[in-house]
Amino acid sequence: MLSEQERREIEAHARHYPNNRAVCIEALKIVQQHRGWVSNEGIADVAEALQMKPAELESVATFYNMIFRKPVGKHVILLCDSVSCWIMGYERLRQHLGDKLGIRPGQTTADGRFTLLPNVCLGACDHAPVMMVDDAYYQDLDPARVDEILASYQQEEEKSTDGNAADS
Amino acid sequence: METPLTHNISPGKEPPDLAQYEKAGGYAALRKALSMSPAEVQAAVKESNLRGRGGAGFPTAQKWSFVPMGDDAPRPKYLVCNADEMEPGTFKDRMLLEGDPHQLIEGIIVSAYAIQADVAYVFLRWAYKLAARRMEESIAEAYRHGYLGKNILGSAYSLGMHLHVSAGRYMCGEETALLNALEGKRANPRTKPPYPQVSGLWGKPTIVNNVETLCNIPHIVKRGAEWFKSLSRSDDGGTKLYGVSGRVKNPGLWELPMGTSMREILEEHAGGMCDGYQFRGLLPGGASTDFVTAEHLDLAMDFDSMKKADSRLGTGTMIVLDDKTCPVGMLLNLEHFFAQESCGWCTPCWSGLSWIEQILQDMEEGRGRASDLEVLESHTRLLGPGHTFCALAPGAAEPLQSGLKYFRDDFERHIHEKRCPWSPT
Amino acid sequence: MTTIHIDNRPYPAKDGENLLQECLSLGFNLPYFCWHPALGSVGACRQCAIKQFKNEEDKHGKIVMACMTAAKDGIRISIDDPEAQDFRASVAEWLMVNHPHDCPVCDEGGECHLQDMTVMNGHVYRRYHGRKRTFHNQDLGPLVNHEMNRCIQCYRCTRFYREYAGGRDLDALVLRNQVYFGRHQDGVLENEFSGNLVEVCPTGVFTDKTLKRHYTRKWDLQTAPSVCVHCGLGCNTIPGERYGTLRRIRNRFNGAVNGYFLCDRGRYGYEFVNSGRRVRQPLLRKNRTQLLQPVSKRAALQHLGELLSGGARVIGIGSPRASIEANFALRTLVGRDQFYLGISERDLRLLASILDILRKGPARTPSLHEVELADAVLVLGEDVANTAPRLGLALRQSVRRQPEKIAKKMGIPLWNDHAVREAMQEEHGPLFIATLANTRIDDIATRTFRGPPAELARLGLAIAHALDPIAPQVPGLSDTAQALAGAIAEKLKAAERPLVISGIGCGDKAVVEAAANVTWALCNMGRPAEFCYVVPECNSLGAMMLGGGSLETALEAMNDAAADILVILENDLYRRADAALVDRLLAAARHIVMIDHIEHTTSAKADMVLPAAAFAEADGTLVNNEGRAQRFFQVFVPRGEIEGDIRGDTPGDIQESWRWMRDIMVVGRGDEGQWSSLDDVTAACAAVIPSLEPILRAAPSAAFRMDGQKIPRESHRYSGRTVMHANVSIHEPEQPQDPDTALAFSMEGYSGHPPPSLIPRFWAPGWNSIQALNKFQDEVGGPLSGGDPGERLIEPTPGKKAAYFENIPAGFEPRVGEWLLLPLHHIFGSEELSILAPGVAELSVQPYLALNPEDASNLGLTDGDEVQLRLRAQADAQVDVKADDSANTTATTAEVFRLPLRFKPELLHGTAGLPAGLTGMGNLAGVALPAWGELKKV
Ligand SMILES: Cc1cc2nc3c(=O)[nH]c(=O)nc-3n(C[C@H](O)[C@H](O)[C@H](O)COP(=O)(O)O)c2cc1C
Ligand code: SF4
Ligand code: FES
Repeated sequence: MLSEQERREIEAHARHYPNNRAVCIEALKIVQQHRGWVSNEGIADVAEALQMKPAELESVATFYNMIFRKPVGKHVILLCDSVSCWIMGYERLRQHLGDKLGIRPGQTTADGRFTLLPNVCLGACDHAPVMMVDDAYYQDLDPARVDEILASYQQEEEKSTDGNAADS
Repeated sequence: METPLTHNISPGKEPPDLAQYEKAGGYAALRKALSMSPAEVQAAVKESNLRGRGGAGFPTAQKWSFVPMGDDAPRPKYLVCNADEMEPGTFKDRMLLEGDPHQLIEGIIVSAYAIQADVAYVFLRWAYKLAARRMEESIAEAYRHGYLGKNILGSAYSLGMHLHVSAGRYMCGEETALLNALEGKRANPRTKPPYPQVSGLWGKPTIVNNVETLCNIPHIVKRGAEWFKSLSRSDDGGTKLYGVSGRVKNPGLWELPMGTSMREILEEHAGGMCDGYQFRGLLPGGASTDFVTAEHLDLAMDFDSMKKADSRLGTGTMIVLDDKTCPVGMLLNLEHFFAQESCGWCTPCWSGLSWIEQILQDMEEGRGRASDLEVLESHTRLLGPGHTFCALAPGAAEPLQSGLKYFRDDFERHIHEKRCPWSPT
Repeated sequence: MTTIHIDNRPYPAKDGENLLQECLSLGFNLPYFCWHPALGSVGACRQCAIKQFKNEEDKHGKIVMACMTAAKDGIRISIDDPEAQDFRASVAEWLMVNHPHDCPVCDEGGECHLQDMTVMNGHVYRRYHGRKRTFHNQDLGPLVNHEMNRCIQCYRCTRFYREYAGGRDLDALVLRNQVYFGRHQDGVLENEFSGNLVEVCPTGVFTDKTLKRHYTRKWDLQTAPSVCVHCGLGCNTIPGERYGTLRRIRNRFNGAVNGYFLCDRGRYGYEFVNSGRRVRQPLLRKNRTQLLQPVSKRAALQHLGELLSGGARVIGIGSPRASIEANFALRTLVGRDQFYLGISERDLRLLASILDILRKGPARTPSLHEVELADAVLVLGEDVANTAPRLGLALRQSVRRQPEKIAKKMGIPLWNDHAVREAMQEEHGPLFIATLANTRIDDIATRTFRGPPAELARLGLAIAHALDPIAPQVPGLSDTAQALAGAIAEKLKAAERPLVISGIGCGDKAVVEAAANVTWALCNMGRPAEFCYVVPECNSLGAMMLGGGSLETALEAMNDAAADILVILENDLYRRADAALVDRLLAAARHIVMIDHIEHTTSAKADMVLPAAAFAEADGTLVNNEGRAQRFFQVFVPRGEIEGDIRGDTPGDIQESWRWMRDIMVVGRGDEGQWSSLDDVTAACAAVIPSLEPILRAAPSAAFRMDGQKIPRESHRYSGRTVMHANVSIHEPEQPQDPDTALAFSMEGYSGHPPPSLIPRFWAPGWNSIQALNKFQDEVGGPLSGGDPGERLIEPTPGKKAAYFENIPAGFEPRVGEWLLLPLHHIFGSEELSILAPGVAELSVQPYLALNPEDASNLGLTDGDEVQLRLRAQADAQVDVKADDSANTTATTAEVFRLPLRFKPELLHGTAGLPAGLTGMGNLAGVALPAWGELKKV
């Protein structure tokens, strides 16, 4: 079942379109935003809410790459693999990120913290190589800069887990 | 040199809010348009020679002219702003979206008025989160100030506007696939004819225009066709956002007169090649345009001149290939992109492109065969315009065909040496 | 007609039609995949590429897709152009890049469109060296097999399943060269037309799972033209046999009837022919305390001869699922006055009313194809998706007729399928569905209405009155019903081809009559209205045209004078009438002779059972709901259980029912030589019953020859004939003779195109798949060359005025402590024969009783609980019979049944639903519904 929040958000978007079906992509994104990814249950929930069939949603969900049908880590690293970034050395970064995180593109770290996904052109080619972590752009990257960025996410998390520990 | 499109934009800073935009002369074009008839607005745009900035360069007013007008025209009519910008190497619309959202909104309203659209959608790619936020806020602002919604500025004209954020896929930029995506379907393209102007979004008359195209509209309406034409150095009116990426000293994006030469852009604005790198060629307007080489650099970057180099203006954002980068590897990267983004509807594309990718991969990894070149060459012909359902595959064939022409030796070296000469052994 | 130029030669073509269709119709071999004559063009596969030239001077031309280009006068195209040929060959090469090349183990092999097109394109050499993609296959249930690696991404499956048939659980997933056609998760395909995927798919992704279990290549199947026996629509089929068992059913195109598609009951029900419950040899018991014992045919007949010799009184009970010829033979054996139709009085009256309405005119019954052309439809009382499934599919097309006008106005040709659908959006219709309960075509309905029969009839009558004030007015109608009736009347009136559909599915004559009133009201207004009545069995109408009484009247006659012998033809009477009545009927006969192909409750009580040929083992004529007489032909000689029957198919003890009658007449009366072939029976029938005279023309007679030859049931590639039985005997047995038809049990014979009603398979050089059908049509997608098979027996008298039915039922009043039990039909389960096929049985519903949740909770019941049902005595329940009092119905002792409860929210308060015709329902099977009953929590 959709949460109240999810339902409200979907309804707000549904007002932009003349029919239910049109909001289905947004609905999947909303579910993903709340749950991290779109599970079979998520598909079923959206299907029920929009009077669609799971197959119809699956058809759409598997077409678009920003709908995750598999669980992802807490942070999703989208590394641009398109031409300008490739020219500017994206492959080196991929290697570096992979080594650093101990995963290959498409995988999630064992601690569930990071998922590394190669991604098409992020539209910041004048600052290649580029990556996005969650909603944030990181540009003009090199391995040292990547280390810094990863560290900042790790620190942030340690802070929040510390906080949790203190609470309990 | 006038730069109407980027005049208000200071990268890295907050964009002008509505008050600032108005102060800089914003929404005057809308007021003026509302005092004109839709036909007069269309006529003004026609006179300006504005050609679509989405890549194909189709005359904007001509596109609009196919929309049924009058009382018995089917309703609602739609205007869709194509802000999908996923062509590799392209980053021009992003600047307009993030830098001056009201300019785009005004452009959309004026254009919608010209075709008497009832609803407008901005189809935005998912990655542009900042643009999404700013557009969302600006649309709300425009609603609050009566620029959107019922009876705009007291006129009889009403328009609703919504932001639609895509879930990713290059195909969504193709205008008919975009319509399917907007309807909540797979982004497969649609048959043409019927054209969207007649049967588009939900079967109703629809215009799809690029962000940059639409941003030009208020300026044309406000300052007239003659002024607009005078901005340009060629027959195509106006300015153009030109960009450069790759190993140049100063990669970036500039608003310059339409028809500025490639050399000027590359050398004066992008600062020439990085030290230690030589120029080998460039893709003038995104991944789906043909390579040009040094001999072409003095050509003007406009729609017609670029044909002389057997290439296209495309999006006007150039990707530079240097001498330390493997052209075969670059093509593998490009063709991998196209094969991956093929929507899977028509055979030549979904099967042909993955085959091309496979061959290039084999070459890069030292498994190339002499006969592969023939297969690649035949594919550049077989994937030509009209052979496939939409322009994605023909676009993919463009860098490949020119790459085979200009970098033949590099291909042959891969095959003979059974390795990529650029890769460290 | 316009002139187009193909490779510099002029040809006539239909203006505006797509060029692929025109080229194929002109006989060119232009390859294609995604296009389908019933599905239109979408331009996905790019296989039909041709060159188009601007004018005579243009030598360069450009490549276009034939399927997406309209034929216009003077257009110049080339099929042979080298660049076009090269491009088409490349398409084949691309499609084969990932194809597993597993033809030897693929069920599609030998009738694969992909194979045909690959050869046609001349693609012979593989240049791709990469890896092939591989997919996981899904379990899609017992009917359809899934093997995704063979997929060529032509999108035909989802276009048929979703867009044409309204299924929503199969879709295209993923993208690029990874497109996957499947369900969200493994599971049974929900749509009742899923079997057509097997024929729609041009390669081996979707194949027939029932065939898989006893696989045979197309060329090794013995085939003959046949007609489906699983409902009253008479879809044309091609059953295929090998080694004495039926292996599969394929669609046999009939442009007027089923077109390209069958329902899953019709496609997969065939396995009853191979069922363990087949009667394969005569069974006899000398007295009823004994078990039935196998006897020889001679002994059985001798015994019958003795029984008959003393001028015994013989009563015959015919069957609506037996052919005209079988019924007529029985009627001849027993005499017209001793012949009964084997259906209940209630059903007989319903059918008689329908026959009468059809014959009265002025409205016409449309063929299924004509149903697709109707542009406003009212369905009154019939759950067509379950009682006549293929009709439901036709309605899915008819709701497109009005919205199509939007596309036409935009100048979009109707073959431009997706563009048309985009222009039409979700517009349907008008289609109004008034039924007892929800139906599977409600999704395309403009409005639906739910209620017990009386309310349906009242709605119908109110519509008629709204159309024509002369038609009787319904008193006491609610405002909503009144408004709905008015709205429906408006739409019907405004239509160019209004159609009313009804039938006997809800068991109420007033509903049937109300439907007639609506149609006649339209006719009286000068509208070209049509009506279509659904009948339950494959020969319901044919049997009615033969004439004869009901089971009740048979019992009456036997009460007057006991019968010495009761001969029952292909009929399980316990499915037709109340068990008590059948018990009495059977008890009143001294000897019961059952002639049927399967064992059932009735045959278990017989003294003698004679093995009848099932449809695929016999020839005969069936009359469908349209009044179309169609001939079905014997596919194979059945295996009799005779000692020394080496092949298992020497003409054994199983024989056509009419032959049993003939044999009985010979032994009983010495009527030597009355009939020696089917033609004799058909001719006799036509002579005796003039209204059936056209059945003579339903197909050519046995004497018919092409170039002096018969038409072979086996293909010229039929293999193994000389060795099939080598393990038993190395001598090749003689081929069986066929005195009854112009077909031969042989590979030898005429190799060209036979007349349409005799086409045993679709094949043409280079076209091994079902798509060879193109070569059998003058205009691809149009009727078969020479005309679609079947002879219409009933034609209306246009302009004739019909008097309205005046009977107006009172509105439904719920009773305290009683429920009106309504019949709910199921495509899988409600039909007697198909349920013997394991695949169909697996999909059948289990017995249940349905209530709306409120009524249930009043009884203290919830979903799944056991509920006890006590039927009101039959005499009360069958109001109709009682009113006329012509039948002998004594109240039966009320029986008690226990059933699990199911919620059905749409059922009106005071009504309940029972599945119709389900096995496992015991004596409920023959109870005429609606009927009143008491419900109690167990
Ligand atoms: C595969 C493909 C992707 C495209 N992507 C975009 C895009 O991201 N943005 C865009 O404006 N046009 C894109 N186009 C071009 C559009 O189809 C269309 O021509 C354009 O939006 C029209 O706008 P204009 O007339 O203002 O140029 C794409 C075309 C193709 C074939
Ligand atoms: S060329 Fe064909 S497969 Fe490729 S994106 Fe366009 S329609 Fe889809
Ligand atoms: S049949 Fe014409 S493109 Fe498929």
